Amino acid sequence: MSAKPLTLFEKLWDAHIVKPATAETPATLYVDLHLVHEVTSPQAFSVLRERGCKVRRPERTKATMDHAIPTLPSNGGGPFAAVTAEALAQIGELERNCREFGIELYPPGHERQGIVHVIAPELGLSRPGMTIVCGDSHTSTHGALGALAFGIGTSQVAHVLASQCLLLERPKTLAIDVGGRVPAGVTAKDLVLGLIARLGTGCGTGHAAEFRGEAIRALSMEERMTVCNMAVEMGARAGMVAPDEATYQYLAGRPFSPKGAAWDAALARWRKLPSDEGAVFDREESFDAGSLAPMISYGTSPGMAIPIDHAVPDPGSDASLQKALGYMGLVPGERLLGRAIDVVFIGSCTNSRISDLRLAARVFAGRRVPSSLKVLVVPGSRQVKRQAEAEGLDRIFREAGAEWRDPGCSMCLAMNGDRLEPGQYAVATSNRNFEGRQGSGGRTFLASPATAAAAAVSGRITDPRELL
Amino acid sequence: MPEPIRRLESKTVVLPIDNIDTDQIIPARFLTVTTRQGLGPRLFADWRYDAEGRPRPEFALNRPQAAGAQVLVAGHNFGCGSSREHAPWALADAGFKAVVATSFADIFRGNALKNGLLPVQVDQKTHGKLLAAPGALVVIDVEAQTIALGSHSAPFPLAPFARYCLLQGVDELQFLLSQEPAIAAYEARHAGEV
Repeated sequence: MSAKPLTLFEKLWDAHIVKPATAETPATLYVDLHLVHEVTSPQAFSVLRERGCKVRRPERTKATMDHAIPTLPSNGGGPFAAVTAEALAQIGELERNCREFGIELYPPGHERQGIVHVIAPELGLSRPGMTIVCGDSHTSTHGALGALAFGIGTSQVAHVLASQCLLLERPKTLAIDVGGRVPAGVTAKDLVLGLIARLGTGCGTGHAAEFRGEAIRALSMEERMTVCNMAVEMGARAGMVAPDEATYQYLAGRPFSPKGAAWDAALARWRKLPSDEGAVFDREESFDAGSLAPMISYGTSPGMAIPIDHAVPDPGSDASLQKALGYMGLVPGERLLGRAIDVVFIGSCTNSRISDLRLAARVFAGRRVPSSLKVLVVPGSRQVKRQAEAEGLDRIFREAGAEWRDPGCSMCLAMNGDRLEPGQYAVATSNRNFEGRQGSGGRTFLASPATAAAAAVSGRITDPRELL
Repeated sequence: MPEPIRRLESKTVVLPIDNIDTDQIIPARFLTVTTRQGLGPRLFADWRYDAEGRPRPEFALNRPQAAGAQVLVAGHNFGCGSSREHAPWALADAGFKAVVATSFADIFRGNALKNGLLPVQVDQKTHGKLLAAPGALVVIDVEAQTIALGSHSAPFPLAPFARYCLLQGVDELQFLLSQEPAIAAYEARHAGEV
């Protein structure tokens, strides 16, 4: 008798069960890697202190600073010269907590510092078959490596610190089959924006989504990260891509990747992870990548996105959509192409990796940013920054008139002083166009690094295919 | 440790907007705090106050009749976006004990339950009745998993363990720590794996 075919998610879930669910209690699931940052952890460490708990597995816990830190090079003023007193206190808490509980910390200036979802894959911390959590919704990013990765709240951060486990109701499984090939000039960001626009921001609620199909297989690892990153914007508990040769090649030789015999053993295990032939998902959706165009958001939810040359839709009687258009200052039927903007932000855990910066640099090369425009290019990590500088990308950005910043979350969530002024329009490569997300009253058009770069050098929303 | 919650009787305040994200519930610039308390005044800050910090009189939570409401009624996919637990902390600090919507984002739902804030997911018909009657008195029975508006009563889903925790005020961390032998056994089984 052959075993029941299983999905990637089911294999990972089953392999991490410490205690199975009962009729009355959820499953207890083991966490392989816990990533910690300054903003969602202080209250969790306070719980540990109140209870007299230790961190159960400090070696499975890594901390960085990314959300609230400045990205302006310090120019001799020290890494925290530009931080508010309250943010400074929070940063101090993380330093103290990591010291007291024995957790490795990558603060600004450290070679391994960066946005938590950029550094863990690049360091080889995130690997196939692992369970990975972080007090940040975009933890879904790490699913690109064939891991089960998801964001948690601060109470759960305390649970994982103290027990290395979580109490979880098992999500349902969702297969998203993406057929065809992404056309030239169209990126993984356009793909995921197109998916969310089609399927909706609530389509993944209660589900772990596996992205599969020809178009996904053809994506690089960094592109897969962009797609899985935004799985949470369609409501999915996790986004995943089955590991393949691209995954193994990406991981080989990274600092925390296994070496020698341990690598061979890991590889043998990883090769068994992809969903079995005939495995059944609770739900399946399909999507054709071949008809995609560069996408841009027009509203205040990531699902409100259109092909860049389309017109803003009519909200009809939809009050939420009416409110969104009112906030954005847009009218139904209007075209976004040619619309003047104030700021361009290239960065965030969605699009700040080296391939994103290379793509943006292709558009910037030999062109100039209009003087009225503010353009921030914020690499995702110190390593990305170094690599970009080694390739001369920083020079291309700076010569074009863009600001070349230090790594951090920056204007994605505007916690660190990098923010829009009320009423300003930005084209951003980040993941959320929520009201005020990039600063109170600021208005965000989400797009790919190519589209953002095209907007940067023209001062207007521009089809990147004209400039690539 | 959360207080047990069995039954809740309160008037509602209605925000008939879909996809209310946690950035609206509590904007990121207020996340530099290191405690759970005191976020209530920042709840929905950018909707509640103008650029000078004055309350916007037209915003539902600022109307006099909203004072004392413990139940917020909102549109679908409530709590989407960031995983910040500051969102339920802010709602709870502002006096809310339940949010009623046709659906909730997963992370928000979990965070709310850990803070004794009830996510009450209702059908379209019940939702329509609640939207049409802002300020109406509702009765939420956790044990029976029902919400009642006048003579209309509707069930809402609650995982058995979540229900038990709400009714008993159970401390989930203690429950996890009591599984130490199983955790140690799991770690022993998987020792040496990378």
